[in-house]
Amino acid sequence: MTGPILDIRQAGLKLGGRTLWSGLDLSVKPGEFVAVLGANGSGKTSLLRAILGQLPIDSGEILLQGRKVHRGDRAIGYIPQQRIMPAGTALRGRDLVSLGLDGHRWGVPWPSRRSREKVDALVESVGATAYADLPVGVLSGGEQQRLRVGQALASDPALLLCDEPLSSLDLHHQRGVAELIDKGLHERGTAVVFVTHDINPVLDMVDTVLYLAAGKFTSGPPEEVLRSDVLSDMYGTEVEVIHTGNRVFVAGVPEFPHHHGEVGA
Amino acid sequence: MMSDVLATDFWSSIFNFSDYGRLLVLVQNSIIAAAILGIVGGLIGVFVMQRDMAFAVHGISELSFAGAAGALLFGANVVAGSLVGSLLAAAIIGVLGARARDRNSIIGVLMPFGLGLGILFLALYPGRSGNKFGLLTGQILSVDIPQLGVLIGISIVVLAVLLVIWRPLVFDSVDPDVAMARGVPAGMLSIVFMILLGLMVAVSVQIIGALLVLALLVTPAAAALRISSSPVVVPLLAMLFGFVSAVGGVLLAIGGSLPISPYVTTLSFLIYIGCRIAGRIKGSRLRRRREPSARAATAGVTG
Repeated sequence: MTGPILDIRQAGLKLGGRTLWSGLDLSVKPGEFVAVLGANGSGKTSLLRAILGQLPIDSGEILLQGRKVHRGDRAIGYIPQQRIMPAGTALRGRDLVSLGLDGHRWGVPWPSRRSREKVDALVESVGATAYADLPVGVLSGGEQQRLRVGQALASDPALLLCDEPLSSLDLHHQRGVAELIDKGLHERGTAVVFVTHDINPVLDMVDTVLYLAAGKFTSGPPEEVLRSDVLSDMYGTEVEVIHTGNRVFVAGVPEFPHHHGEVGA
Repeated sequence: MMSDVLATDFWSSIFNFSDYGRLLVLVQNSIIAAAILGIVGGLIGVFVMQRDMAFAVHGISELSFAGAAGALLFGANVVAGSLVGSLLAAAIIGVLGARARDRNSIIGVLMPFGLGLGILFLALYPGRSGNKFGLLTGQILSVDIPQLGVLIGISIVVLAVLLVIWRPLVFDSVDPDVAMARGVPAGMLSIVFMILLGLMVAVSVQIIGALLVLALLVTPAAAALRISSSPVVVPLLAMLFGFVSAVGGVLLAIGGSLPISPYVTTLSFLIYIGCRIAGRIKGSRLRRRREPSARAATAGVTG
């Protein structure tokens, strides 16, 4: 595979009369780790939904392996934010993974050796064997997110879309889950588009940063984008990027008057 | 002396097994209908629980009751009236109540309206009062054979469609975000599920009564979820519990002079209590097993 896995060309999206982004260009190669950053309401999640084919864009095009994106493309694996699975959920750890394998198919699941072995291998690859047979409701957030990485990798996707998969995890689990995602990228050549409000847990894995702000965007290597002058320019006001050790903090991001809650965040 | 006689009357009105064999033959169609309702009701109950729709079941059943009572008053087919009422309610809840909070407020508004409408129709109905009461508390033994056939037929259709949409419905119920990303047609599944639920509620209203539908569409699945989390074991247990409650209820009821509902509700409640206790014992065992394994997993990551 020589061409880009994901190719976004001159894409624009308006939501509720507000331009989230326009003229957006982004090309993601196999094995590339792209972090999408920006304040709440800057259109990060909307970008993911557009790539998933759930949200039609107003201009430009989004191509996945050369074809226009469509809903339910098997070439995309999706890892959502961790959310509490209620204790009464009729699902064990391994069942969560196996939904990623065949949950979209019609009919009743028939146990087969092939699917069992595949699920076992996925569970093992994310280090979840010890708790694969426990109800998901009793698992910790970190354990659930590990299983979700397995679930997302079940269809051998070319592109892994992650929507704040580390938020609400403790630091230790953030690192573990991030490393699993990075491992998938190196072993399988999967491309990763990773939406996050905090780049620090993945800073050393990121090849490219796409920063969305005030209807504008900037993309490039982290050290070229996460700079006070670049972000100040985008926001049109003084924004300070502070590097301490191997961590980055952005201070002074303005709240927008027309920004209602977390719409489109 | 007096109280002894009363006590005998009391117990013989609850349990009376004289002439049992003869009665059994008379009600065999009711038993078949109860068996199928128990099984399909238990199965759909698993999705009712996973989609958090127990309250919706209750709301649909009150409108189903209104439909049935209206049919009784206007001389139409009661099963048809009950179907119209519950499909209408299912459609309204399905369209307006996509989000849980909206849904609950809509149901809270619909339910008393349906119940009130039904009571109005019954009050205006000049016929026997036994019929009236039956819609609220169950009347399987008075449903005639062609109607039983319709109820059985509807249950089998619901079962067949449930099996076809099984996997995507599970996916959408337990993990909606990822299911959506995977292209599972959530909107279509939700509409189909509401129709199936409406059909099943209409059938249950005929058999166990509008007020007690939850005992067959929720309790068996809730009991099963207490003792298992396996997506295979839970539906099987829910079907078994529904079957035992419904058929057991009919078998216990036919000798006495009471409606079957108290037997069905008591059986399903006892099963639920048993499962809660079993689940608690299992849960504490699980926690004990889990402590060392959690430590091992943590050590594995840092090491």
